[in-house]
Amino acid sequence: MKDYLYEDVSLKSWLLTTDHKRIGILFLLTITFFFIIGGVAATLMRMELATAPGDLVSADVYNRLFTLHGTVMVWLFLIPSIPATLGNFLLPLMIGAKDLAFPRLNLLSWYVFLFGGLLTLWSIIIGGVDTGWTFYTPYSTTYTNSHVIMMAAGIFIVGFSSIFSGLNFIVTVHSLRAPEMTWTRLPLFVWTLYATSLIMVLATPILSVTLVLIAAERLFGVGIFDPALGGDPLLFQHLFWFYSHPAVYIMILPGMGVISEILPCFARRPIFGYKFIAGSSLAIAVFGFLVWGHHMFAAGQSLYAGLVFSFLSFLVAVPSGIKVFSWTATLYKGSIRFDTPMLYALGFMGLFTIGGLTGLFLATLAVDVHLTDTFFVVAHFHFIMVGGMLMAYLGGLHFWWPKMTGKLYPETLGRISAVLIFLGFNGTFLPQFILGYLGMPRRYYAYPEQFEFLNVISSAGAVLLALGYALPLAYFTWSLIKGRPAGADPWNAAGLEWKVSSPPPHHNFETIPVVEQPYRYPRPGHE
Amino acid sequence: MKTHLLVWLSLMLLLGLTVVAWQYHLGFLMALAIAVTKAALVIAFFMHLRKESPLTKFVAGAVLFWLLILFGFTLADYFSRLGF
Repeated sequence: MKDYLYEDVSLKSWLLTTDHKRIGILFLLTITFFFIIGGVAATLMRMELATAPGDLVSADVYNRLFTLHGTVMVWLFLIPSIPATLGNFLLPLMIGAKDLAFPRLNLLSWYVFLFGGLLTLWSIIIGGVDTGWTFYTPYSTTYTNSHVIMMAAGIFIVGFSSIFSGLNFIVTVHSLRAPEMTWTRLPLFVWTLYATSLIMVLATPILSVTLVLIAAERLFGVGIFDPALGGDPLLFQHLFWFYSHPAVYIMILPGMGVISEILPCFARRPIFGYKFIAGSSLAIAVFGFLVWGHHMFAAGQSLYAGLVFSFLSFLVAVPSGIKVFSWTATLYKGSIRFDTPMLYALGFMGLFTIGGLTGLFLATLAVDVHLTDTFFVVAHFHFIMVGGMLMAYLGGLHFWWPKMTGKLYPETLGRISAVLIFLGFNGTFLPQFILGYLGMPRRYYAYPEQFEFLNVISSAGAVLLALGYALPLAYFTWSLIKGRPAGADPWNAAGLEWKVSSPPPHHNFETIPVVEQPYRYPRPGHE
Repeated sequence: MKTHLLVWLSLMLLLGLTVVAWQYHLGFLMALAIAVTKAALVIAFFMHLRKESPLTKFVAGAVLFWLLILFGFTLADYFSRLGF
């Protein structure tokens, strides 16, 4: 029997596929393309910031660069990164299903994403947008002459792709689990995908409506955000962050799920506190909706609202803390192997913790007044988004690559890339905490001389980071042609996805799989 | 069929009421109350929520609650801007 990659190799069979595994691969290729574009913009920014005066690009171009970087990385890479690639590929395999509940909706989700993504890209090619990825009013509606409406339309369309995926995942988890796959036997990755999907379905429509309101004000002069027309500019920030703060959890929750799969496998221990980790994912999804105002402490929000949002933001740290402590307890007395996915997972734990804790600094009202809109904020969210989510994404990609392709990648190169990325990341972003604390604002293309030393370190770190990202791109491609065959279960791992051959057959399971307790490590009968 | 016709007639009546409320300046709250009644009718009858499973009802309720969070917290900011 042929596997899903070779069942039919025509281009048409790929473009019209309803196989969740192939759609996962299509997403993987698409977001890698967008990641490279966002990465090039980041590279140009770090090159500009390597010297104090603005000499490489003009201020105007710099504004467009950080807008491009933010928009592409958030909406076209991070949001779909784990759910649409690994999630799509693994969810049915992990719960013992043949496909997602709505296979054609899944394909539509990719086409919609591609169309919205290309429209966004087109707005950049014809001149770009200079508002930053947040499109803050009144600048975005009243003053800027850049292509805001077209980019917003692109993001609007991409949003539907998220909604489709979220809906599909929720229905699949409810209705397509194998007979013995109870809720407390679900892999934790599935729990996080479920929590993520809830946020996608609930929050994304608010973003869509907000973007439509921007267009309505820009095109027809409807007074919603412009005070001159009777609107309120802060209303935009309320609506925007009501989506975009939960979106931060869309971007980090699936990463937490990946880590919960990798750690037990490479520590050869059952996961510690299964129900607490599963529950904390849902708690994060719910609490995530109650904290958006912490983006607006210094924006003119009332002190009362600030106090409430500050308090609630501290509460979100509790479920995140539960996860970090449970992961640490999983490692305790384990027989730890430092394979590539594990190196990424350990990197995630350290970097995510720093990112989360600095988030508490920023949630503190008085401290935030000093740090708002400085490089401290930039460093904080890059620790979560890059140090957290991107590390988890790469860790997951290395963990399941043998399953997805049937091939092994060169392990030594894998470990080198993990270490390079960890070092390069810290080199890039640790100095930015200090820069921000010292008062260097974000989004400026030139800065005073005394900030130059730390900026040079940051740019040098970025070179290492870029090298670290280039490596997997090279050896993953190489492994497709020359990699050794992986076999069904190269890591000796628990979980239904490892019970089928690599790459899996078209319909995943020939017979209904037998479900065991989750995370049965060490594997019975093997060690 | 008969129920649907009745609901449709009530919706038309409420539409008329909206116009009257506007002409006699009965205010924003009145308009909102009429709109909410209309929406409730549509959801309960035309969208069959009345006959759906408890899970579906729960989801619909949860979404309303969640909308309350959006409006509630935003208004909490607006109403406390001058004081406190």
